[in-house]
Amino acid sequence: MIARQTRNLPVHLVLITAVILFAFPVYLALIGSTWDAGVIGRGQMPLTPGPLLIPNYTNALTSAQGSRITGYPVQVLLWNSAKMALAITIGKIVISILSAYAIAFFRFPLRSFFFALIFLTLMLPIEVRIAPTYKVMSDLGLINSFTGLTVPLMASATGTLLFRQFFLTIPDEYVEAAKVDGAGPMRFFWSIVLPISRTNIAALFVILFIYGWNQYLWPLLITTSRDMETIVVGIVKMMGTGEAQTDWNLIMASTVLALLPPVLIVILMQQWFVKGLVQTEK
Amino acid sequence: MQRRVIFNNRILPYFLLLPQLIITGVFFFWPAAQAIQQSVLKQDPFGLRTQFVFLDNFRTVLSDPLYLEAFQVTIVFSLAVTLFVMVVALFLAVMADRQIRGAQTYKTLLLWPYALAPAVAAVLWNFIFHPSIGIFGKALNSWGLHWDYQLNGTQALLLVILASSWKQIAHNFLFFLAGLQSIPIAVVEAATIDGANSWRLFRRILFPLLSPTTFYLLTINMVFSFFDTFGVIHALTHGGPGRATTTLMYKVYMDGYVNLNLGHSAAQSVILMIIVSGLVWLQFRSMEGKVHYA
Repeated sequence: MIARQTRNLPVHLVLITAVILFAFPVYLALIGSTWDAGVIGRGQMPLTPGPLLIPNYTNALTSAQGSRITGYPVQVLLWNSAKMALAITIGKIVISILSAYAIAFFRFPLRSFFFALIFLTLMLPIEVRIAPTYKVMSDLGLINSFTGLTVPLMASATGTLLFRQFFLTIPDEYVEAAKVDGAGPMRFFWSIVLPISRTNIAALFVILFIYGWNQYLWPLLITTSRDMETIVVGIVKMMGTGEAQTDWNLIMASTVLALLPPVLIVILMQQWFVKGLVQTEK
Repeated sequence: MQRRVIFNNRILPYFLLLPQLIITGVFFFWPAAQAIQQSVLKQDPFGLRTQFVFLDNFRTVLSDPLYLEAFQVTIVFSLAVTLFVMVVALFLAVMADRQIRGAQTYKTLLLWPYALAPAVAAVLWNFIFHPSIGIFGKALNSWGLHWDYQLNGTQALLLVILASSWKQIAHNFLFFLAGLQSIPIAVVEAATIDGANSWRLFRRILFPLLSPTTFYLLTINMVFSFFDTFGVIHALTHGGPGRATTTLMYKVYMDGYVNLNLGHSAAQSVILMIIVSGLVWLQFRSMEGKVHYA
């Protein structure tokens, strides 16, 4: 350990450099969101904050109208993303905890078959079957609906695997005691299983919220009307082909607003986040 | 594997499974089955007659130079992302694993980019590397490098690789750090007493003990760079200039959703399903028993 102490300075330097490099793109976005579009468009943006912090964010949140772009009020897009992320998160947790409960605590015909089916969905991500999935969505009239945007993403093989794994560690005595006391399976679920699963639920919640918030391809396919647009899709549309002469100040203000919720969640709930990330991928 | 003590209801488990089965049935298996069906059929341009053509669509797709080009782009792109991410993340994890002050703070400050959507990362990097307004883009041009990723395919690919890697480095860093911290300190001390320097310690002790984590991350990063980078490519380059950043994933989106070439798109979907199945299988193989996280 003594040998390590002397080498600490270079280690700190390497890590500080990495921290700065990691943060630099977000720092530039913050700076960009405080200047006017003209300064940025001429390529003259300084590396220090400008005077327009409040006007830029007010404009982005309430109208997102610049001289070049006609966006959609970012407060609406943020709200759309929040609704989508929450619906996907809660839906995934409810659906996977119920199916894991069925698979872990009951014995019934086709149990292994159903478990295999759920597991197989890992091999069929939406990305690889865009056209037929879109066809099914439009046949069912789900294009441009909140149901279409959220429900298809609620199936969760990883959530089911995670809860099943955890349920297998619940001691048999708990179940026996519940049976002796005359509690049925649903009573046992509410009174025992759900309370002792809460740390798993919290960890999964953090991971799934970020997953939901960051969805891109699915909202791009399913939402066509602007009042359903999510913030991630919205800022890419605002940027368009990325001309030099566009309202970069508004784009950057919107980008900062788009990345703030998931980044704050990772920083403030780091314990849950790390637990969730390691578990869902285990 | 199942619990020993269970409940004996006959109907209830089916009700509990029902929501999951409906969603997977309607939105996963039904479209996947349609993709497989369409991949062996051919429709005339008016959709009046459908003919069974067996593997013709696959033959056409696999002999299409554009498809093979996308294949090549995908391989280069995903190998570059995977290698870059793992080297940087492992290096940072080894650094942060040292007994230094502020280790927890460093961990937090290197972890947060995981929260960024790939498309958001693309917007941020575009702002930095824009040829006329981006701070690095301008600098590269003033050094006479003719930086313009909207015209130069190699530069576009480099930028897409960079923007995709950022978030994934944070992810890999966490797993490498957890892997390193689960290595018993006694092993490290024994090697140090035997006179191993930092490099030998890493090469002979730490890296071999990390190999389950490394193999696992390798498969995760391949899946990530195949599929999750769609947002980066769509936001930053739209697969161009030319087809320089058109990956298999981007091509199946273009052919199936934008150009509506259903038979070929379906064959491409089936090929991608086979690739994902292989990667998922590898991933689960890599987790069997050997991997330990803190």
